Amino acid sequence: MIPAKFDYIKASSVSEAIGLLDKHGDEAKLLSGGHSLIPAMKLRLSRPEVLIDISGISGMNSITEDGDEIVVGANCTHADIVNSDLINSDLNILASTAKHIGDIQVRNRGTIGGSLAHADPAADYPAVVLACDAKIEVEGKGGTRSIPATEFFLGIFTTALTEDEIITAIRFPKVANGNYQKFFQSASRFAVVGVAAVKEGDSVKVGVTGVSGTPYRATAVEEAYSGSSDAADHAVEGIDDLMSDHFADEEYRAHLAKVMVKKALEA
Amino acid sequence: METFIGKPIKRREDNRFLKGAGKYTDDIKLMGMTHSAFVRSPYAHAKILSVDTSEAEKAEGVVAVYTGSDACGTFGVPCGWQVDFKNGETMREPLHPLLAKDKILHVGEAVAIVIAETLELARDAAELVDVKYEALPAVTCPKKAMEAGAPKVHDQWDDNAAFDWCIGNDRAEVEAALENAHHVTEMTYKNHRLAPNAIEPRSYISDYDVNADKWTLYTSTQNPHLIRLLLCAFVLGIPEHKVRVLSYDVGGGFGSKIYHYTEEALLTWVSKEIGRPVKWTSDRTEAFLTDAHGRDHIVHSKMGFDKDGKIVAHLTDEYCAMGAYLSTFAPAVPTYLHGTLFQGVYTTPLIHLNVIAPFTHTVAVDAYRGAGRPEATYLLERIISKAAKEMNIDPAEIRYKNFIPPFNGTSEPGYQTQVALQYDSGNYEGVLKRGLEMLGYEDFRKEQAEARKNGKLLGVGISTYIEGCGIAPSAVVGSLGARAGLYEVGHVRVQPTGKVSVFTGAHSHGQGHETVFAQFVADKLGIPMDDVDIVHGDTDQVAFGMGTYGSRSLAVGGSAIIKSIEKVLEKGAKIAAHKLEAAEEDLEYAEGKWTVKGTDKSISFGDVSLTAYVPHDYPEGVEPGLDFSSFYDPTNFTYPFGTHIAVVEVCPDTGKVDLQRFVACDDVGNVMNPMIVDGQIHGGVVQGVGQALLEEVIYDGEGQMVTGSYMDYAMPRADDVPNIETDRTTTPCPHNPLGVKGAGEAGAIGSTPAVVNAVVDALSHLGVTDIQMPVTPRRVWKAMQN
Repeated sequence: MIPAKFDYIKASSVSEAIGLLDKHGDEAKLLSGGHSLIPAMKLRLSRPEVLIDISGISGMNSITEDGDEIVVGANCTHADIVNSDLINSDLNILASTAKHIGDIQVRNRGTIGGSLAHADPAADYPAVVLACDAKIEVEGKGGTRSIPATEFFLGIFTTALTEDEIITAIRFPKVANGNYQKFFQSASRFAVVGVAAVKEGDSVKVGVTGVSGTPYRATAVEEAYSGSSDAADHAVEGIDDLMSDHFADEEYRAHLAKVMVKKALEA
Repeated sequence: METFIGKPIKRREDNRFLKGAGKYTDDIKLMGMTHSAFVRSPYAHAKILSVDTSEAEKAEGVVAVYTGSDACGTFGVPCGWQVDFKNGETMREPLHPLLAKDKILHVGEAVAIVIAETLELARDAAELVDVKYEALPAVTCPKKAMEAGAPKVHDQWDDNAAFDWCIGNDRAEVEAALENAHHVTEMTYKNHRLAPNAIEPRSYISDYDVNADKWTLYTSTQNPHLIRLLLCAFVLGIPEHKVRVLSYDVGGGFGSKIYHYTEEALLTWVSKEIGRPVKWTSDRTEAFLTDAHGRDHIVHSKMGFDKDGKIVAHLTDEYCAMGAYLSTFAPAVPTYLHGTLFQGVYTTPLIHLNVIAPFTHTVAVDAYRGAGRPEATYLLERIISKAAKEMNIDPAEIRYKNFIPPFNGTSEPGYQTQVALQYDSGNYEGVLKRGLEMLGYEDFRKEQAEARKNGKLLGVGISTYIEGCGIAPSAVVGSLGARAGLYEVGHVRVQPTGKVSVFTGAHSHGQGHETVFAQFVADKLGIPMDDVDIVHGDTDQVAFGMGTYGSRSLAVGGSAIIKSIEKVLEKGAKIAAHKLEAAEEDLEYAEGKWTVKGTDKSISFGDVSLTAYVPHDYPEGVEPGLDFSSFYDPTNFTYPFGTHIAVVEVCPDTGKVDLQRFVACDDVGNVMNPMIVDGQIHGGVVQGVGQALLEEVIYDGEGQMVTGSYMDYAMPRADDVPNIETDRTTTPCPHNPLGVKGAGEAGAIGSTPAVVNAVVDALSHLGVTDIQMPVTPRRVWKAMQN
């Protein structure tokens, strides 16, 4: 459990970090909470030559209200999110999701930006950012842009971020009626299936994680929904890359997806 | 005067453990100590084509690199138990080399060791060792390993069997009884493979002192003397008096730290080669890949009943994996620690078990908490519950029908089983009655019926186990193939001031010996507990010992200490009689003093011990000093038993099992410290629940371990188990002085089938009759679909 040798640079601003990313290219990795990266490095599955620590960059760990939106800094830890009054009152779905990530130690170190950039297909946040129609705010050499969550996840550990881009914040609309339902993997306590549902009147937006290599919006469910949870039967419609492991093969995972979507629709 | 036996005295050792002040092997740093890293095979079965260490040798901080081509490659670790084929052929026993030279037989097998100034440099350099392999097909399933054309683990034999063994009545007789039985219940399943997962990974430091020509081996072992014996006499050929083995604090073992591992012997060899101390501590990945695993039996069983539900015969065939090499006690586990418990608590008149034990391209399988008895209990308790369902008899009732009646082993004889053993004492209906009472069984059945009407899936599972602890006597285990005796040493040194140091060959790695042993020593001598110190884990201080496993510490180790206490008191009485000018037979010993009966003339234990060491006014012909050592070789095993009952609710949508209640009524004989016994039961139950619901080592078809980390191997956590409700009955062991039976493994032995029986019970109205362990949500949901 000892990583291969690496250099460590602590960045003090986003622009400095972008410059360092640009300079070191493939050899560099951004370090925020480090709760996925460091274990992988200790197993020598990941061996970056340079770690650019962005955890100390000021202004990236605030949670602020901006009109009808809430802007969550990328360096906010899961614990920051769990403990934010603003999130608990106006974006409760996010706080209740963060509460079930890892354990106390993980929640105190792991960050929302790090989790999204890592794009673990069993992570919890992707379902929520999808269901909320959140926007991932990023900054790179070419300036800033805002990536809709629905365009952010491209595959297992793959996102729309370019090599020199850093997530700076996540912009959520306020959500009055949303919930996240998680079926825990018994060893890692990641999600075997995680479903976020945001309801507004007769319509619903449903984000699903853990089922496919790419977290997705269950549009078939959303289209079939008219207040009844029967729409859950469409949970895996159009998904052709169901994940499979010894906890859940494809058949069971598809079933669980329907069960958890149903729970989320009924909650 | 304050007494201690039977009281929930808090554990003395927790003072240091709770402060993080324990002294574990990896905490020890010696002057000039080097560090090591292993190069391990990524293949399960491969030819080693070449090993190039030249780059590693040149790397920064590297002291030495060794491979199987060096002298250490000629040594191998031995197996400590020989189980021959039933046809008389000798057990097949391959060399288990310290480093693989030509062939790899499991993932994680060591090919080279790199010694460097720091652990970081050792790890970096290990990556520079260039090994060329030619991958070969592997077999990991013990049944498939016996199929024609299966990849061979060891080329020198015709097939993969290490042995093919049987026990019990004549097979034809058992088969005939099954033919004629009113009802036969049949089961085929896998008692799956588990990783032991001690919280402290294995850790060793070997320190060769060139001037003294002596080694000190610091090791995380359950039995330091056994390690010294194997290391010296059977591996490296070092004179035993040249090696001191120290195992200070050890963070759990569960069996996995009984065995003499290759790394331990290799480090001892390396330390002399480099003339410096060398340390190795396993990381968690290495622990999954190289610690001996548990279980891995494939079972086919038939149990026959008469029309009243009485068992008439039981026939079982098993394939039990040995792994690539024979670990220290591996052959004993699926045989003499397993087949000998097939009587269970029932009067079954005819029993036959056949065990084929194949080599597989996996790490070795050996004893893991319960060692063979959990596997026997799982079979008996599942199949009798399955039979009850098939015959429409209540699962408690079918057990009552078949129980061996109560016997105390003193005025009533022990119970002779069909499978070699004679049980010491038992009251099996007593623990079931109490367990059902604790649960409120009848009320539960009503609640269950109501719940079913509302679509809730509630189930109850019963397990009435027996196990064998303190395995003995030496002559008997020797005749069964053990290559060691199974006695224990207890040495009581009374210091001149009357304070007492007790040296025990038993070893505590979580059990609490420092407290429990002091409790009974203080009571037997009538002195305060604070006056008693327990020393273990040091071959220079303790004369000899066989260590701790098989719940033997108190029954065997405690008895040895009692023998020495008796010698102390016998000699003390001579000194006291002299000082009191009385005849020995006129003295009585109580509350720490000898008193002349019927008078107030007395002398204290402390005064007698001082006299023994300052023998001015002293009886003639008596040696000075008060210091006795004893070897105790038990006359029989001890046989704890109990009833475990689980209540589960199964989620109809997801198949997830919620363990709602767990009731354990155990009988472990006399109890020295009820708090520690409860703790042992709790820990054991959680491990047993882990097997039932969560834990499983999975190797894929190529012999890669799929579950080599805590991301994939599910350990039970606090929220996976309910409050464990415990109670006890007490049936003393008739053949040891404390009347104790052992409590370390009972929890893991009784609990697993209770949980699975409960899950099957919850789903029985849906036609479910069995589910393969671990009963994960996926498996339960699939069973519900069929």
